[in-house]
Formats: sequence, C-alpha cells, structure tokens
Amino acid sequence: MEAFAKAEKLDFRYSDDDRLVLSGLDISFEEGEFTAVLGHNGCGKSTLAKHMNAILLPSGGAVYIDGIDTKDEDKIFDIRQKVGMVFQNPDNQIVASIVEEDVAFALENLGVEPSEIRRRVDEALKAVNMYEYRNHAPHQLSGGQKQRVAIAGIIAMRPKCIVMDEPTAMLDPVGRKEVMATVKRLNEEYGITIILITHYMEEAAKCRRVIVMDKGKILLDDTPSEVFSQVELMKSVGLDVPQVTELVYELNKSGLKLDTHIITEEECADALIELLS
Amino acid sequence: MTILKTENLNYVYSQGTPFEKTAVRNVNLEIEKGEFVGIIGHTGSGKSTLIQHFNGLLRPFSGKIYLDGKDIWADKSQIRQVRFRVGLVFQYPEYQIFEETVYRDIAFGPKNMGLSEQETDRRVRATAERVGIPSDMLEKSPFELSGGEKRRVAIAGVMAMEPEILILDEPTAGLDPKGRELILNQIKEYHKTMGCTVLLVSHSMEDVARYASKLLVMNRAEVFCFDSTAEVFRRSAEIEKIGLSVPQIIRVFNILREKGIDIADDVYTVKYAKEKILEYMKSGGKLQ
Repeated sequence: MEAFAKAEKLDFRYSDDDRLVLSGLDISFEEGEFTAVLGHNGCGKSTLAKHMNAILLPSGGAVYIDGIDTKDEDKIFDIRQKVGMVFQNPDNQIVASIVEEDVAFALENLGVEPSEIRRRVDEALKAVNMYEYRNHAPHQLSGGQKQRVAIAGIIAMRPKCIVMDEPTAMLDPVGRKEVMATVKRLNEEYGITIILITHYMEEAAKCRRVIVMDKGKILLDDTPSEVFSQVELMKSVGLDVPQVTELVYELNKSGLKLDTHIITEEECADALIELLS
Repeated sequence: MTILKTENLNYVYSQGTPFEKTAVRNVNLEIEKGEFVGIIGHTGSGKSTLIQHFNGLLRPFSGKIYLDGKDIWADKSQIRQVRFRVGLVFQYPEYQIFEETVYRDIAFGPKNMGLSEQETDRRVRATAERVGIPSDMLEKSPFELSGGEKRRVAIAGVMAMEPEILILDEPTAGLDPKGRELILNQIKEYHKTMGCTVLLVSHSMEDVARYASKLLVMNRAEVFCFDSTAEVFRRSAEIEKIGLSVPQIIRVFNILREKGIDIADDVYTVKYAKEKILEYMKSGGKLQ
C-alpha cells in the first residue's frame, strides 16, 4: 500500500545560516495508522508536524501527502483539507463566540453549502461528544471541552489525517482522558490517520506505533513495547518510560528475569503474580 | 510548629449573580513549617483559589488565615509584607516576564522588598545558579531563552525573595520529562537548603508522589483529605472515585492484593515498589 504521508530525506532549517532542525529524515505514515511521536523539547517533532500540512516547506528532500508534493503551491489547499492540525493551547484555536459557529468557520471559508455545513457541524460535534454544548460560548467550557471543539472544527473538514501537537499538555487528567478517548474513536470508527505528538508516555503506550525523535532524526520507530523496553536509551534522550516498565527494569537489575516488554498495569500485575505466588 | 493555618475559610465568586459559585468551602488546615505539601484536585476543585488566599491575593469571604500565628488580614496595611513572606509562582509564569534582561527580571522582587543593591545582587546570582541559569545568560533578554529556561527564570524571580513559604501552581505544565524533573529537583533542593515550606499544585500524581511528604486533596471546593502521602494513596479507591488518577504503580499493587498477595498497601514510588517486591520474595524464600 502506498503511504498516505511520506517524508523523503527531509532537511529543514529556519534560516540559511541556522542549524538543521531536521536532517535527512525518512518516515512514512499509512492510512488509518495511529502513531505517537515522542522526543524532548527542541528535537524537531513540532517542525516535522508542520511539514505535514505545508505550514513549513522542506529546505531539502520532499514531503508527499496523499501523493501530492507539499511544494506544489497550487495544491496547498488540497493538502490542508486532507491534513488538519490541532495545537497545544485550545484558546489559540477558537475564533468564534459560539461553539457551533466555531466549528463551521472553516467550512464557510471553503464555500460549502449552508445545509451541508449544518449537517457536517452537527456530525462533527456529535463525534467529539460536544453536541449538547453547540450553543455555548467557548469561554464557558473547560480546557478539555474547548480542545474537543477545536478537534470538531477539524473533522468538519473531513480530513484524512489529523496531526496533533501536544493536544493534552494544558489539560487536567479528566480533560486528557476525554480528548484521548475522542481521538481514539476518530481513528477506529472514522479511519482517520492520527499523528500524536505527546510528552505523556502513558498516551504513547496506547498507540500502535511509537516514533522517538532526537536531534532532528528518527531514533526509534516500533511498537510501544519495543520502544519502552529500551529504558536506558529512552532516558539518555531525556524521555521517560511508564512506571511499570521502570519497575521491571529495576527488578531485572537486581537479578530477576522479567519480560522487559511490559508496558501496561495488567501485564505487570500478571508477571508479578506469577513471580510472587 | 504551624506556619500556616486556615480557619473556616470560605470564598464565593460572583456573589449575588446567577453565576455565583462557592470555590472554597469551610477549609481548615494547619501546615507545619518546613513541610513539602503536594496539592491535587481536578480543575475547578478550588486549588488555585485556595492558594491565592495564602499570600493575601484573595481576601476570604469568611474565615481566617494565620501566618506564623498572626491573622494576615488583622492589619490590612501589612499585607504587602505577607506577599514577601509567601511567594506565589503562577501557572505559566514565563508569560509574566517583562524586564529587559534576565538579571533585572530576577532582581525585580528583591528590589521591591527594599533590599540593598549588594544583597539583591547576591540573591540574583545565587538563585540563578540554583535554577541552572549560567551567569552569561543574565545579561540576555529573557525573550531569547527557550520555554524551559524562561520558566526557570520566572521561578527564580520568586525564589530570590527567599519567601518562608514557596507556593507553585503547576510549575511543570507543558514541559518534557527532562524539563519536569529538572525543575522539580531544583525546587526540592531549594526546599532542603533554605528549610522553607513548599506547596506544590500539580496534576501529576507521579510527581507529587515522588516529591511531597504530605498531600492535600481538594474536591468540590472542600478538603477531601490532608495527610501523609502514603496514607492518602492508601485510599486510592476513593481518590479514583472523585475523578483523580493514582500513580500506575499503586494500581498494580492493588491488583496484587486483590489476587491474594499479602504485600504493602502504601507503595507509591517505583523505588519503594522494588524494595517491597524483593523483600516479599526473600521472606517467601524465593530469593536468597
């Protein structure tokens, strides 16, 4: 299958005399995939994300979205309709004073028929469980609710892919759960490709694929259990692993031989029960 | 010795309007000098409203706040002194940086306190070093720094006032794991060397579990519990019921005990979990 999004030997620098933020990066994302991208601040992950809908253009190499080269200026709106972006701060993404008007904003700009706008806005708000709040003012909502409205604004455009740059960083645990459940459903029920940049290891542990970036390159690209089993490598690039993975690592240092691929509570409890009883 | 005490503290927002909301209800607390207290609770539980009472930014609707045994509102003209003694670092403090250089931003608080130039200079340099800001960075504009560096400069600005009580509202929000650990370790170090009292508001249970010796859990404007970290996490089922999560390691140990393994019920850090498991194995003769 042809990859939905693909970067080939991607180089990027912000200005000519600056250092390379991305260097010779090769990566591809299949349609329908759910991928987490990890890396410490400054590793280039947000820069990569901004290449996915042509906010940034490569300094070298190329990025293809659904077969379209992002350097093709005539196709830039096609690309942005295919790939939506959600950012960290929900307050910076909401423009209207009523929730449903905010969700309709992009559709109005695209010149979609009013009846079709109505249909899509309702559908998008239902998809993120915010339909009841359609007549609320955004400032009356919690952070998690605002972030879900921002996501509804994106899905109303019917994108094939959503790139999320730390969408839960400013939310409390309840808001984080709401947003993560929404994103998961969009992926499973609507088949939307998700690229999730996050600092929360437990969110990454739930994805099917985890990419670790360091110094503008891809360091690891594997399943969460393979990635997190490399505890020392992860810590050396300023990242963390789930508590249970760390516990297994620590116990093994004391001479036990537990499976290093444990990343969930259940797996950890099962292994410990076997060990202790 | 009690350094901070509240008595039947109540606070209501927008009183007399349809949006009236009790944000803090009947809070009675006694915080000991030198303690490191973690404050947790979901959004809207009253954490931020509560801590803004501790340095007199908010005046209680009813009830009293005592700092070192003195009612802070007994003499309104003294409230400025209270703000020097109780330092408050807000969420995203880097948005409050305004000075032209890092040095001047950190010096702002000490200068306001009326300290001599010499003492201000000593404190700026000592605090910068404490939060890992190299001396050549002091003459830079704070806006040239990275997000994590700006955050540390903003925290240093409050630390340089050397408050007896340092309160931080989610100092690690939005940082990567390395940045989180760096800031928390610096706060811990400050707590240790200055012997001051620290109150840390956080959404991260893992973080408060590692750093705080006592936890204050807020729920629906009230104190849900205030106890040692181990005692609070022993009530993990109730804590989850009010919509908070507990560290992963606690949930694992809960499963173990449900399955009939007789192991400690106050395990909340990886280090302690490791000890307990190895101990259990030794006592069961499974490990020599």
